[in-house]
Amino acid sequence: MDILTLFVVIPVLTITGIVLIKDIRQVKIVAAVGMGIQLLLAAILIFLYISARHAGNMAEMLFVRDIVWFKSFNIHYAVGVDGISVAMIGLTSIVVIAGIFASWEMEFLTKEFFISLILLATGVFGFFISIDLFTMFLFYELAVIPMYLLIGIWGSGPKEYSAMKLTLMLMGASALLLVGILGIYFNSAPEGGRLTFNILEISKIKIPMSAQYIFFPLTFVGFGVLGALFPFHTWSPDGHSSAPTAVSMLHAGVLMKLGGYGAFRVAIFLMPEAARELSWIFIILTTVSVIYGAFGAIAQKDLKYINAYSSVSHCGLVLFAILMMNKTAMNGAIIQMISHGLMTALFFALIGMLYGRTHTRMINEMGGLMKVIPFLSVCYVIAGLASLGLPGLSGFVAEMTIFVGAFQHPDLFHRIATIIAVTSIVITAVYILRVIAILLLGPTTNENYYHFTDAKWFEKISAVTLISFVAIIGLAPFLLSKMIGSSLQPVINKILTFNPF
Amino acid sequence: MILANFLIMRNELLLTIAVLLILMAEIFRDPAKKRSINRFAVVLFFIITIIGFLPSRSGSLFGGMYEVSEARLIMKNILNIGSLLVLIQSVTWLNKEENSGKISEFHILLISTLTGMNFMISAGHFLMFYLGLELATIPIAALAAYDRYSNKSAEAGIKLILISALSSGILLYGLSMVYGTTGTLYFNEIGRLFVNDNLQILGFIFFFAGMAFKISIVPFHLWTADVYEGAPVNVTSYLSVISKGAAIFIFIIVLFTVFPVIISGWQKIIYVTAVLTMTIGNLFAIRQQNLKRFLAFSSISQAGYILLGIIGGNQLGMASVIYYILVYIFSNLAVFGVVAAISNAKAKENIDDYNGLYQTNPGLSLIMLLGLFSLAGIPPVAGFFGKFFLFTAAAQKGFYILVLIAVLNTIVSLYYYLLVVKAMFINKNEAVIEKFRSDFPTRLALGICVAGIVITGFASIIFEVIKNVSFGV
Repeated sequence: MDILTLFVVIPVLTITGIVLIKDIRQVKIVAAVGMGIQLLLAAILIFLYISARHAGNMAEMLFVRDIVWFKSFNIHYAVGVDGISVAMIGLTSIVVIAGIFASWEMEFLTKEFFISLILLATGVFGFFISIDLFTMFLFYELAVIPMYLLIGIWGSGPKEYSAMKLTLMLMGASALLLVGILGIYFNSAPEGGRLTFNILEISKIKIPMSAQYIFFPLTFVGFGVLGALFPFHTWSPDGHSSAPTAVSMLHAGVLMKLGGYGAFRVAIFLMPEAARELSWIFIILTTVSVIYGAFGAIAQKDLKYINAYSSVSHCGLVLFAILMMNKTAMNGAIIQMISHGLMTALFFALIGMLYGRTHTRMINEMGGLMKVIPFLSVCYVIAGLASLGLPGLSGFVAEMTIFVGAFQHPDLFHRIATIIAVTSIVITAVYILRVIAILLLGPTTNENYYHFTDAKWFEKISAVTLISFVAIIGLAPFLLSKMIGSSLQPVINKILTFNPF
Repeated sequence: MILANFLIMRNELLLTIAVLLILMAEIFRDPAKKRSINRFAVVLFFIITIIGFLPSRSGSLFGGMYEVSEARLIMKNILNIGSLLVLIQSVTWLNKEENSGKISEFHILLISTLTGMNFMISAGHFLMFYLGLELATIPIAALAAYDRYSNKSAEAGIKLILISALSSGILLYGLSMVYGTTGTLYFNEIGRLFVNDNLQILGFIFFFAGMAFKISIVPFHLWTADVYEGAPVNVTSYLSVISKGAAIFIFIIVLFTVFPVIISGWQKIIYVTAVLTMTIGNLFAIRQQNLKRFLAFSSISQAGYILLGIIGGNQLGMASVIYYILVYIFSNLAVFGVVAAISNAKAKENIDDYNGLYQTNPGLSLIMLLGLFSLAGIPPVAGFFGKFFLFTAAAQKGFYILVLIAVLNTIVSLYYYLLVVKAMFINKNEAVIEKFRSDFPTRLALGICVAGIVITGFASIIFEVIKNVSFGV
């Protein structure tokens, strides 16, 4: 069995293990061990990947494995990774393990919770390793559907409404995606020959323009909904605020990246000509996402809503950068995905920990937490600073690269859009600093707060893991961008063949 | 003609023998031990199902009135598997006190309808087709009225027989026009002589309407919900899965072999009816409280999706229709199995009654969840593959807008399937259905359904086998 398939097999084995366990208390240990192995595997994969590249293996995808599945449709179980997917796999395994530690005290239906959570992770891992559109789509839906139960059963607030809204909107997106994928499939051999779902094979041909104009918007919007593209972002605030901590972490941290990654890998990579022609529509929409999300976050009082709107803004920036279609901006987009994934997971973890103590998420009901729970508060400040793009943390690297890349376009439209999007940095600073001021600083108003205990061991593991990666990317971004850069080259080449600029 | 030639009618002969054997058992069995007929019938049917999978010759009998090909054989086998599951599921219900006097009736009626369906599928001539159709329909009406002290059951029976009579009338009227203009009722001859004449098209439309009643395609679906609700659960599951599946099988054969000349005509009709069937089935399902009515509308919308496989007139389409019926049998029977188990044990059939079911009966809830997800087309269960292939078949012929409508409809259907999931997993309930342990036949049938739901999707070999025997226009 190849290393990539293990990324799907290990979660499945973990689920089987959890099902077989009688003792409820051991469930989380099995989950943590299983996902710990997964993290280790991700580390091995990164190492193998880098050493293979150093050894001069310049294939587009490494560790390719291709098994025919449904012969009549030419559907394959095909996996392979490049630097981008390796980075996303690394991100996912970090967030998953942090999520498991963040939900260490889950009491209600523990077994079912961890099964659904790991099932979701299985879908995400499968999505990132797939290079066949069919398996990719299968894993996409597999990642979405456990969300319904996770939010509906273990959520808080208007959980049933949020769960239904989120599931239906994301499945609605997958409806567009399905048509898009079928369109790509039936146009994958314009000069005759065998139709294929394989991304690498499709990328070698030029899909007819008439088909691209129809199927690019479908595919892009289909993935864009998951990436919180305005005006299809409304599931995100409701879903995130109702979801339990670990689910918010995974969802904002990883699942929303499926949108950006898919838009990049499928929509732009396979149909660059239409992307070029139609990008202005989506650049406008994503600019709105970026600004609207940031303003939305200012207006909110609930910590989770603030963070959810902030995610809309940051993920909007990912799509924005992908649409710029040059190497610098796309590089920034991938770094932003990783950075936002870690940062937002950290945010949601911390919010969950705060909520566990104060039993409220309204910022104006809290205050002066820095004095009573310094560890968590400092973590929160770090997360906030990363989010507003402080140099030395990952957010700065990502946003800087994106805006430099976006500004490379000489024309007025792109520049104006970039300038508007840049203002989001300031708006982000407003809501982040405002929350920190109200929540953490100032006198401790509530008597009960003096009894609070600071972070427990599992909470520390969760937070420190995430923070250290945020800092590593911030201090040494070249580790990541080198890995991404070489993998972006095929995409850039494909774009440049018809449109040098 | 030598006697051995009759052996290609293997399925029909075996089913007829089974009916006779059960009849004998009914006559000679000690009345106090009538319940053993259940076991006898199930074992008998199991053997028939196994024999069905043995290789057989293709060919025709009675001057081409009766035809067997590999595709038709696979269709029959799929129906056999489904009927076997229905029989196993029914054992618990038949063992109840009130049914003790009429156990064998159920088996005899059910197997004779299946014989009719087999004849219908093997028809090479419209007369044989019509005979099979009637043999398949009339005993079902008796089955629907099986619960003789319930008004609703009687109503279901009479509704079904009236609707069947009406639709048969319409169908025969259409066939008479076809006969009048071509002078023959043989499938292959009509296919050759069809010239796209107005009267012939009118005849086709009547034929289509008649079949639409049987498959319950909108706007010919109005009987469905009432009959499904009134009939006993096990009969409803038979109606919604086997009866519908058989009608679709023969429908696709007739469309592809008899009417290929007017393909552009029937594509338009199917386009409109498919959109209506999916949409109306789904929208009405949202409002239902009774699970049987709920599943009735869900099965209407499923028929709409199946039309997407037919519309292209391509080999891929036929393969995906046959495959989808197989998947649909497993998924729908899993759901019906749970509904029947709860209905038999606690006499509860409303969605509200299922609130909090997971707390007390996790096993049944999970099976229901799998079945519903498969119906909704959620991976990794088989329904996802089935739907994907149906949509691919339609997209192959360029029906992208229809596919988009269909996929958006699956989102609507996902909504109401999730309402049931929500009831079972999320909602709280004071008067929750207590924990109970269902008996062996129920568990066996549900186990087979679950295995089917899981395996049919991943095992691509099943689809490939079906694909190889399918044909296009």
